[in-house]
Amino acid sequence: MLHTVNKSPFGNNTLETCIRFAAPGDPILLIEDGVYAVQAANRFASLIETILKTNPLFALQPDLTARGISMIASGVTTVDYEGFVELVEQHRVNSWL
Amino acid sequence: MHVLRHAPHGTIYSYEGVEMILIMATYEQDISVVFIGDGVYALKKGQDTSAIGTKGFAKTFKAFDGYDVEKLYVDQLSLEERGLREDDLVVDIEVVSSGKIGELMHEQDVIIHH
Repeated sequence: MLHTVNKSPFGNNTLETCIRFAAPGDPILLIEDGVYAVQAANRFASLIETILKTNPLFALQPDLTARGISMIASGVTTVDYEGFVELVEQHRVNSWL
Repeated sequence: MHVLRHAPHGTIYSYEGVEMILIMATYEQDISVVFIGDGVYALKKGQDTSAIGTKGFAKTFKAFDGYDVEKLYVDQLSLEERGLREDDLVVDIEVVSSGKIGELMHEQDVIIHH
């Protein structure tokens, strides 16, 4: 199951909630303001590191670029819109709005 | 599966969720409902919205049974974090762990968050 998160972790606990219910191995894709979670050296760096031990973590490149985020936590995979579509094709989607 | 994650009166999310659940139930969909985070406040006993001018809908959960919406689950940790117990809730509901809710999510065809 693919989990998508579109809220900034600084203003909203959606990412942390999602993590609590996601099964190990479930891919997590950050989109829109959700991508702020993976900016390098922010307050969520250790959370991101913990997530990566059990789940693949993706961030949507156009949303990173739009927000001027070029340095991202290591281990996070960036995807373009095609990659987004591929993930959605491969999994059922749980969209944590 | 419908997932209610917002407190009941500050925004319209959970109320709209409840309306959507009832509409889908009339079309005989196989529905389960999960309360997570501030969503658990929707189930709190003793809510009275008469002084804030909005429609209270806590009683609607009691009608779920009549629509054959019987698979209701509440997240144990969300209750504990808020100092709530099963006795504080308006309906009999299964209190389950995050792991169990995660498993239930995996069984669903569609998950709708409110």
